[in-house]
Amino acid sequence: MLSTLIWLPLVGAILVAVAPATLSKLLGMGVAVATLVVGIVAAFSYQLDDGMQLKETYTWIEAFGVHYALGLDGLGLLMVLLTVTLVPLVLAAEWFAADDAKGGGARAFVAWALALEALSLAVFCATDVFLFYVVFEATLIPAYFLIGGFGREGRGAAAMKFLMFQLAGGLVLLASVIGLYVVSAEQGEPSYLLSDLAALDIGTDAGRWLFIGFFIAFAIKAPLFPLHTWLADTTEKATPGTSVLLVCVLDKIGTFGMLRFCLGIFPEASEWATPVVIVLALISIVYGALVAIGQDDVLRLIGLTSLSHFGFITLGIFALTSQGSSGAVLYMVNHGIGTAALFLIAGYIYHRRGTMLISEMAGLEKATPVLAGLFLVAGLATLGLPGLSPFVSEFLVLVSAFDYAWWAGAIAVTGVVWAAVYVLWMYQRTMTGPTPPDVEGTADLGLRELGAVAPLMVALVLFGFYPAPLLDVANPFTDDLLAHVGVDDDGPDVPPADEANSETEGGH
Amino acid sequence: MPEFSKPTLEYVELLPLFVVFGAACAGVLVEAFFPRERRRLPQILVTVGGLVAALAATIWIATDIEVHADGAARGLVGAEGSIIVDGPTLYLWGLLLVFGILGTALFAERRLEGGLSSFAGQAAALPGTEAERLAATKGLDHTEVYPLLLFAIGGMLLFPASGDLLTMFVALEVLSLPLYLLCGLARRRRLLSQEAALKYFLLGAFSSGFFLYGAALVYGYAGSVSFAGIDQAVRAGNGDHGLLLGGIALLAVGLLFKVGAAPFQAWTPDVYQGAPTAVTAFMSAATKIAAFGALLRLFYVAFDAERWSWQPMLAVVAIATMLLGAVLAVVQTDVKRMLAYSAVAHTGFLLTGMIGAQGTGDLAIGQYSSLEGVLFYLTTYGFASVGAFALVTVVRDAGGEATGTAAWTGLGKRSPLVAGAFAFFLLSMAGIPLTSGFVGKWAVFTSAMSAGFWPVVLVAIGTSIVAVYFYIRHIRVMFFSDPDPDGTAAVSEPSLLTVGTVAICLAATVVLGVVPGPVLDLVGSAGDFIR
Repeated sequence: MLSTLIWLPLVGAILVAVAPATLSKLLGMGVAVATLVVGIVAAFSYQLDDGMQLKETYTWIEAFGVHYALGLDGLGLLMVLLTVTLVPLVLAAEWFAADDAKGGGARAFVAWALALEALSLAVFCATDVFLFYVVFEATLIPAYFLIGGFGREGRGAAAMKFLMFQLAGGLVLLASVIGLYVVSAEQGEPSYLLSDLAALDIGTDAGRWLFIGFFIAFAIKAPLFPLHTWLADTTEKATPGTSVLLVCVLDKIGTFGMLRFCLGIFPEASEWATPVVIVLALISIVYGALVAIGQDDVLRLIGLTSLSHFGFITLGIFALTSQGSSGAVLYMVNHGIGTAALFLIAGYIYHRRGTMLISEMAGLEKATPVLAGLFLVAGLATLGLPGLSPFVSEFLVLVSAFDYAWWAGAIAVTGVVWAAVYVLWMYQRTMTGPTPPDVEGTADLGLRELGAVAPLMVALVLFGFYPAPLLDVANPFTDDLLAHVGVDDDGPDVPPADEANSETEGGH
Repeated sequence: MPEFSKPTLEYVELLPLFVVFGAACAGVLVEAFFPRERRRLPQILVTVGGLVAALAATIWIATDIEVHADGAARGLVGAEGSIIVDGPTLYLWGLLLVFGILGTALFAERRLEGGLSSFAGQAAALPGTEAERLAATKGLDHTEVYPLLLFAIGGMLLFPASGDLLTMFVALEVLSLPLYLLCGLARRRRLLSQEAALKYFLLGAFSSGFFLYGAALVYGYAGSVSFAGIDQAVRAGNGDHGLLLGGIALLAVGLLFKVGAAPFQAWTPDVYQGAPTAVTAFMSAATKIAAFGALLRLFYVAFDAERWSWQPMLAVVAIATMLLGAVLAVVQTDVKRMLAYSAVAHTGFLLTGMIGAQGTGDLAIGQYSSLEGVLFYLTTYGFASVGAFALVTVVRDAGGEATGTAAWTGLGKRSPLVAGAFAFFLLSMAGIPLTSGFVGKWAVFTSAMSAGFWPVVLVAIGTSIVAVYFYIRHIRVMFFSDPDPDGTAAVSEPSLLTVGTVAICLAATVVLGVVPGPVLDLVGSAGDFIR
């Protein structure tokens, strides 16, 4: 099942690459939809409360103790569903964008996008650290060609910067992966299976060093302050569709890795590192939001809001409470949906106006009411408006932050305020106001464009009012994880009611 | 008076050596007795025939070598102790012969130069003279390159198989002298080529001197030149320890020169750039394989008990080599020089693997040894290197090969297949997963880490990041840069020889990256050196 899920888009990518260019888009869409169907079938055969399932394990490289091992748990399932949903939507939304004569052509775009999808799915399904590392790094190659081949002037440099950051992180991770092998070999036959590694008795010092390697790699990926500088450049130069794949799918690997590997293999070190990580997350939240406010380029702005959001996710993860972890998992899904909508709609604006600069836009609202309306909804989702799905996850994360320390919560809450500023101010400057003459007559969204964002909008509203399906999948995972880490939720600080009454009576 | 006994030779087990040297001599005879214009085909047939027969013999020997008396290794001690045919030897032989065949194919390529080989028409004619022009118009060709190649390969086969210091020195000279000559035979840019040959020769001769001096000191310490004898003496620990350390250091100089490790790497970029690219391709893979084989045998067998002395030394050399290679590669503007410095960096990675030597008892069950890691890395690097240099030969402009980086701009749009393949080889050298380079890198780094040399591994990781930068930059030049208006290179249509070589290297790089298991098992079953 999972192998089908991974190999289908990969084979599809190769097919697209060799098939005639006129068929690329149709073929690519067909493969993406087929992958979506496989993903949904996998979801229906998934049993809640059953841990890792749909497992496949084969020996891959015996000499290194490496297995081709796949499996799905709650976290993996949500990420897989997010990925298989977003790829067809991106292809639909960017149907004509990749035809640009100066870029690499639609065939290359579709092929690389499918390759990226396949490798990302492999990342989310891998239960062997070596396999994870291999596909984790391999995702960068399609991403590199997507950024460098399509988008605006200066994309070559942006792609270079992106790849250098990511590969540097990957090599730091390699050091830790090698370290794991050494530790594993010291305690018997070396193995990279996650289940074997979680059972390892890693010394405190060794565990902390290895944890640092893993964490740095994931902090570059996610990204987290101060390793985020590639993010805004990349989202600015790449096409919005590429940015969706990068920020909404690929970057999730960072927080995914923190949950699965940092907490899963190094529980002691994770607890030890909590203060530093929380501080970095808080800086990311506030700094990302403040810098976003100052941006003039919409795509840059959306990229930087993600820095803020990834700060929230990391905060939730390392608060080490059940609300925090569930909130973080939920946040990963919701951020994927909301930010994807925002990017895609920004892309629609770019195709109409030929610019992404806020200062060069105004008054679009009257010419293109549907576009403006959807942009507003996506923006409001980003700022965490109650009734839209990101609110639920943001709330859970904030609860856990206050639970961790009052100051952490207090700082994180300001992120919500800043989010309102950057979203609403951007909306006001681009959409409202008198309509300039050259904007009049701009076409509103067509059926294809509407169809590409409609599922995202439905999801935002649906999960805003009824997050139970997501929580049902996420909660068993987070319970298992926290049990493994060995933390219990603190009891309520407020004393029970009758005790409080007796105290007040005693005071009379 | 000592009784003279006739030496016994294991003719069967030494067959590959005999075949290759025999073919080389046959090549000389062909040179002597065939008319000039009809030499090429017989030469190619003799060369390829000899190499294929030697490869077949190697495989045949490998299928039924027996476990050696000491239990840990398989094979036998041949030629009265001066040649050792064991698992690693046979693996290296196989590897060298494969790269020899690929090298012959590149040597034989004639379509790229419009019907002429890439070697000088008449090496004795001074560059720029009437004689040179005449040789070119008459379509003369130096077919001596094939016997020279065979002699070099013969030396390379002997080098890692040698069982004593004298055989090793002879092998070193046999492999080096033909290479010096081959480097000076380029058809284009002949002055550069001759300069490279002279430089290589002078420095090489100098390093041979170091090697001999070291051999003398070690003989003075151990009273024996055979590795087994030296090993016994070192374990016994008698004699002047200073003599031994001096000997180890001087021998290391001689061998580190051959692999191009810092601070003896100065010849690498000039020679790689000046030599005909077909020679560079062959040399970059085969010399490295042979020299590392010799280095491994010398240090793992003869100086095993002295590990604590040479491991730190090689660790320092490895760090210097990696840093120097990677950093200097960043500032290169010529593709061949960039690949040369990257070869230096890879030497550093190989040395990183080599210092990960551990006693057999220190390894966990199922854990692989540093020897296996290095052998595997040599395999992966060889294919990527030969493939990359082979592709350099097809990217040309009016002046021959266009090796300037600027000429490669926009190649990805004009010739996506060539640019894609070159990018793939670069990614493999950069160690990106799903290419063979990654598995190799993982293997050598893990050996060093297991042996406790984590600072070296951290440096290796750091230099890998630097190395990634210049590889990726070149990919960016090919795919995402607009073509340079003045003088961009185009891809010339090569014959099947070059295409086949590249295809084999590409296939090997993919297969070793995705399913390295069988080759790793092969390396594993090769076992240890015979001590």
